[in-house]
Amino acid sequence: MGVVLVREYATPSVARAEVLRYAGVCGDAPGLDRILDACLVEVADRLHCRVCYCEVPVTRYAALLDLGFLQTCSASLAKNLTGCTRAVAFAATLGLELDRLIARYATLSPTKALLLQAIGAATVEAVCDAFARELAEDAAKMGCVLRPRFSPGYGDLPLETQRAFFALLDPPRRIGLTLNESLLMSPTKSVTALIGIGARD
Amino acid sequence: MKITDFLKQNILYLDGGMGTLLQEAGLAPGELPERWNLTHAAQVRAVHRAYFDAGSHVVSTNTFGANALKFSDAELEAIVKAAVENARAAAAESHATQPKWVALDIGPTGRMLRPYGDLDFEDAVAAFAKTVRLGVRYGVDLIFIETMNDSYETKAALLAAKESCDLPVFVSNAYGADGKLMTGADPAAMVALLEGMGADAVGVNCSLGPAALRGVVEQYLQCASVPVLLKPNAGLPRVTDGKTVYDVTPTVFADEVCDLVRCGVRAVGGCCGTTPAHIAVLRARGASIAPVPIEKKQITCVSSYTHAVVFDKAPVLIGERINPTGKKRFKEALRAGDMDYVRAEGLSQEERGVHVLDVNVGLPEIDEVRMLTDAVCELQAILDLPLQIDTSDPVAMEAALRRYNGKAMINSVNGKQESMDAVFPLAKKYGGLVVALTLDESGIPPRAEERVEIARRILAEAAKHGIDKKDLIFDPLALTVSADPAAAVETLRAVRMIRTELGCHASLGVSNVSFGLPARDAVNSTFFALALGEGLSAAIMNPYSAEMMKTYFAYRVLAAQDENCTDYVAFATAQPQAAAPVQVAASAAAGMEFGSELQHAIGKGLKDRAALLTSSLLQTVAPLTVIQDEIIPALNAVGEGFEKKSVYLPQLLMSAEAAKAAFEQIRSQMQGAAEPSRCAVVIATVRGDIHDIGKNIVKLLLENYGFAVTDLGRDVAPERVVEAVVCTHAPLVGLSALMTTTVPAMEQTVRALRAQAPWCKIMVGGAVLTKEYADAIGADHYAHDAMGAVRYAEQIAKEST
Repeated sequence: MGVVLVREYATPSVARAEVLRYAGVCGDAPGLDRILDACLVEVADRLHCRVCYCEVPVTRYAALLDLGFLQTCSASLAKNLTGCTRAVAFAATLGLELDRLIARYATLSPTKALLLQAIGAATVEAVCDAFARELAEDAAKMGCVLRPRFSPGYGDLPLETQRAFFALLDPPRRIGLTLNESLLMSPTKSVTALIGIGARD
Repeated sequence: MKITDFLKQNILYLDGGMGTLLQEAGLAPGELPERWNLTHAAQVRAVHRAYFDAGSHVVSTNTFGANALKFSDAELEAIVKAAVENARAAAAESHATQPKWVALDIGPTGRMLRPYGDLDFEDAVAAFAKTVRLGVRYGVDLIFIETMNDSYETKAALLAAKESCDLPVFVSNAYGADGKLMTGADPAAMVALLEGMGADAVGVNCSLGPAALRGVVEQYLQCASVPVLLKPNAGLPRVTDGKTVYDVTPTVFADEVCDLVRCGVRAVGGCCGTTPAHIAVLRARGASIAPVPIEKKQITCVSSYTHAVVFDKAPVLIGERINPTGKKRFKEALRAGDMDYVRAEGLSQEERGVHVLDVNVGLPEIDEVRMLTDAVCELQAILDLPLQIDTSDPVAMEAALRRYNGKAMINSVNGKQESMDAVFPLAKKYGGLVVALTLDESGIPPRAEERVEIARRILAEAAKHGIDKKDLIFDPLALTVSADPAAAVETLRAVRMIRTELGCHASLGVSNVSFGLPARDAVNSTFFALALGEGLSAAIMNPYSAEMMKTYFAYRVLAAQDENCTDYVAFATAQPQAAAPVQVAASAAAGMEFGSELQHAIGKGLKDRAALLTSSLLQTVAPLTVIQDEIIPALNAVGEGFEKKSVYLPQLLMSAEAAKAAFEQIRSQMQGAAEPSRCAVVIATVRGDIHDIGKNIVKLLLENYGFAVTDLGRDVAPERVVEAVVCTHAPLVGLSALMTTTVPAMEQTVRALRAQAPWCKIMVGGAVLTKEYADAIGADHYAHDAMGAVRYAEQIAKEST
């Protein structure tokens, strides 16, 4: 196990429908185009999409799963990592400027704050997807495929495992991402997760 | 020899990477390297020794993450003690003959400071101070604060060092490829902040290789009057055969660093990926380079968390509107502890193009220390303009300066001994550009010469405190021209004398000049133009005055400060043309699903149109009728649509914002008239939780439905919620939490409220909450969405009247 590396990404584009879904729209919602466009323009040069990651071994001892940096009996993670002998632990963030922008609009225009929040949620997902695509290409060369992303708090994997991710990846130093005492991350638009690498079955 | 004296004549060689070498010696990923001082002392010593042998003058202790947030007090002390002993032992063992110093290494805490994280600024200061005191106790020679990627945390660390010891302090920040810290600061902003607080050397480490850091280093060299240090990485890491490899070899590294030493860098070493080999080659190749003398830069500037504003180029506009004098609504907001007014005023002055914001919240009946600090924190959270802290209370000034994320303007000192004794020590400690008023114990002298004389005395007194004249800006005071015909002329003469005879900067509060006259804008803007002609460096002014802004932009064109007239043209074309007549035609209402034009505007969330229509309706219809017959029915229609799921959340919010715009029109027309009493509601996001969007949505809707909302913000301690409920005697409180981990804080808040405000109903909401959860923690009501909160509040309001 080893090395923690950093990748930076240009801000990926996100589908409007996806953003609206995050904003609580689940059908036809006229009248939102202009304000959504304005929000998209405003965030465009304010996001700093960064990922730090590290490959880890996956070893099983009966019900215990040993990932080198994390030992857990989580059944849902064990299921997710079925057939994997290694995985990638990573942290992704869009940077603090988006949090500031959302705070600016908190009282000025809660509509914009909500939409910016939704843009952030969709964008950080898109960054994770871009990162996973690159991993998938590398994995494919070795005849492997990736498992779906799995984050602390999913299934029976305790949120407390965030601390292990932070101990391994040192995201504060590498990508400016921090963990607070309530296990929330700042900047808020951030993700930590594992991606299992397994044989094609 | 003192290290600061050595630096005056020599290039100082620092050490290289520690973490990478300890990993090679077996440190496991995730293992805390600081513990190795105790468990693997020999390995740690060997690394230090190798750097001394390679020619380093300074090695930094293995204490990067040694702080009270990560270790117990006992373990922290053991670690720091062992770390200093390891470095000292290595110095003694090494046969190298250069002078040797041991630096206490201090890295970031890894936590984000409030308001975007949960670490309080003072807690950060206290944590750093603990480490510094231990380092001093066990005998380090200097403090080395490094790899900081947040300006605010850097300030906390430097403040802790300065308050806990008299040793030299070096401060080094980590910049990204965009030339900024992770939280936004550029090099000029950092130099302003750190030099202002008395750092002995400033610079750059980590992140990138020396070539990639060149731009950042050059900016340091342009701004800094203290030695600049550099500890770059050996390029970028990559993985080869499962091992980390850095791509810059010792020779290339040394050559690239030496290039920057020739440009003026005075202390050099390496960070991640660098080894004793890198330092040895650097030392050898640097031997022939003569150190470049360090010049005082005489830059008059202030800074925010992103950038510095320099006073030497074009006139600086300081927005004066955050000041309660003569503003009834602002006074009300301050008394209620409501920061929305301050925030809105800050944002709208920023939009008008000011460069600095004056912040004055002085009212006789409020706690100014707390209010000024809160205002500064609120503004710097959402705005990147430097602030001018404006108070006559030195205690409030110190509290605000402490929390300010940058180098502030300090408004003000004057020639009275008492004033100078109070203000100059603060300016020295926290840094700042001090506005100095040319008055003294005998008042404001009438003649310019006498005012300049006071300025000279202020300069001399400042020098005694070690404050340079570049950090003073004189305000020779604009007096009312209607009271004294010579007032403006003398002030203008004083401006010129301050600029030419003293070589100092001058600022004026322009608006005073026209007191008592009609059409004040004309007088103010002409006076402003004349003062600019005399060399005025900055003006405290009203940016909403079109005349003042016209004068500013026109002056810059005429003074050759606006290349290609770019700013002027942009300003002139953005000026509103003659107002278009309000179209309130009935035809536009055709095909609407709402009862009237205004209801349609609110229903569709057309903010500007709703405001316009309301103001025209108010010419013929009574305000309360507009509320009852227009706004409330529209809000109800949208609210019901939301409950039936035909209207979605963003649309509900747009309507709410449009209704709010309509209410603002009504409020401004009703000014002076008694407002109907409103039911009080206190809302907050609980402690530990920094997500507040849901709470803000509830607030907006409650306000539209006529509730007097006290919004305590996010990450709010139970005591503060109780305090506000008791103070407003609110019959209802709304608490929000997003995560399972913050629900316990919600439960605590509920318990505290039950004990101390038993009359108050409690509604809760947020992503993880359910009816069952709400019952379990003892809340009265679970609001499943924003409209649910409004409905419950209406019910409570009815019951409590």
